[in-house]
Amino acid sequence: MKLLTLNFLTCAVKSCKSSSDSFPLHPKDAELASDDVEVNPELLVNLLPRLDWKALKTTSTELGFPQLPDSPPTVEELQADEKLLRDLHSLLMETNLMEGKLVCGVCGHEYAVREGIPNFLLPSHLV
Amino acid sequence: MLPTPTTSHVPYTLVYEPAEDSFLLLDTLSSPASTNFHTTHFPPSSPPPLILEIGPGSGVVLAFLTAHPTALFSRPDILTLGIDINSFACASTAQTVRLATAQHPSSSSTTGTFLSAAQNDLTSCLRKNQVDVLVFNPPYVPTEDLPLLPESLRQQKEPGAKVTFEEESKLLELSYAGGKDGMETTDRVIDSLGEVLSERGIAYLLLCAGNKPEEVKERIRGMGNAGEGRRWMAETVGTSGRQAGWEKLQIVRIWRE
Repeated sequence: MKLLTLNFLTCAVKSCKSSSDSFPLHPKDAELASDDVEVNPELLVNLLPRLDWKALKTTSTELGFPQLPDSPPTVEELQADEKLLRDLHSLLMETNLMEGKLVCGVCGHEYAVREGIPNFLLPSHLV
Repeated sequence: MLPTPTTSHVPYTLVYEPAEDSFLLLDTLSSPASTNFHTTHFPPSSPPPLILEIGPGSGVVLAFLTAHPTALFSRPDILTLGIDINSFACASTAQTVRLATAQHPSSSSTTGTFLSAAQNDLTSCLRKNQVDVLVFNPPYVPTEDLPLLPESLRQQKEPGAKVTFEEESKLLELSYAGGKDGMETTDRVIDSLGEVLSERGIAYLLLCAGNKPEEVKERIRGMGNAGEGRRWMAETVGTSGRQAGWEKLQIVRIWRE
């Protein structure tokens, strides 16, 4: 799974959803793999308005990627900042989470990721 | 005509094999009426649409969408995601998408971005109102009971672990058995549309005649959760042709107006 996926996922437990701590999920024991993808600045610029920047920054920091700015860049700032474009490209487009866990910040449930596939099926007592 | 993704690597004892319903979805999604609708609905200057297929099975439809974004959406920058309750279907989907997108020489600029296949029972793992295009070829066959996923298949099997005959039959049953009117799973998806679809979101839902499609469309149009001053639309946009005067399969497009 691409790390960008984490920007769209939340804990599957119903009672966690009202808390902002259920998003983003926190990678644990993560094994990452990198795809070689051609940089596409236009795609990243288009993507900017639909990213939750705070969550992205959390994911990036937790996985040891270069520090992202605190607030999202404007389109013009991003277009002019080659380093930020490269960092975002590497984080969002090239990096895959292959093995590990995704942990909810509210209930602590750990969702397994195996061979790049996260499993959100809950044990019956949590459904 | 756009090529149909290859699925010859998919283990059909464990994962639903592409059939008439899958191909009707491909035809409908790539019809001029659909592509024109997508182009005006998701203009190139708007943020990239997130496309979710629920129950992608072999991945043939999701791979088709990911491989041909420019033909289908007039833009290359779509994001695609699959959610299936069957872990073998998740693995098959990822592989089908990989193969379909690898055929293009410079993949990042001409094919969409495949995010992941995730194992889940529908959409509980998604943030609210993120999905712009939802595609669902549901288990639509009317059956007495709705099957449950066996406990042993809630986690991915260890590589090389054996799948029993009972587990195999349960997985295939899950891919078609829809309970009462064949609508028990589809109704859960319909009820969740207000929370799953974005403001500009659309859904493509496949129905069979046994699902009573006219009643289903009426029910969707009457749902009260479209948001302030908006209402739900539901129109048939593709059919398998008439047999004895009625359509066997049809695709309904659902959106807010």
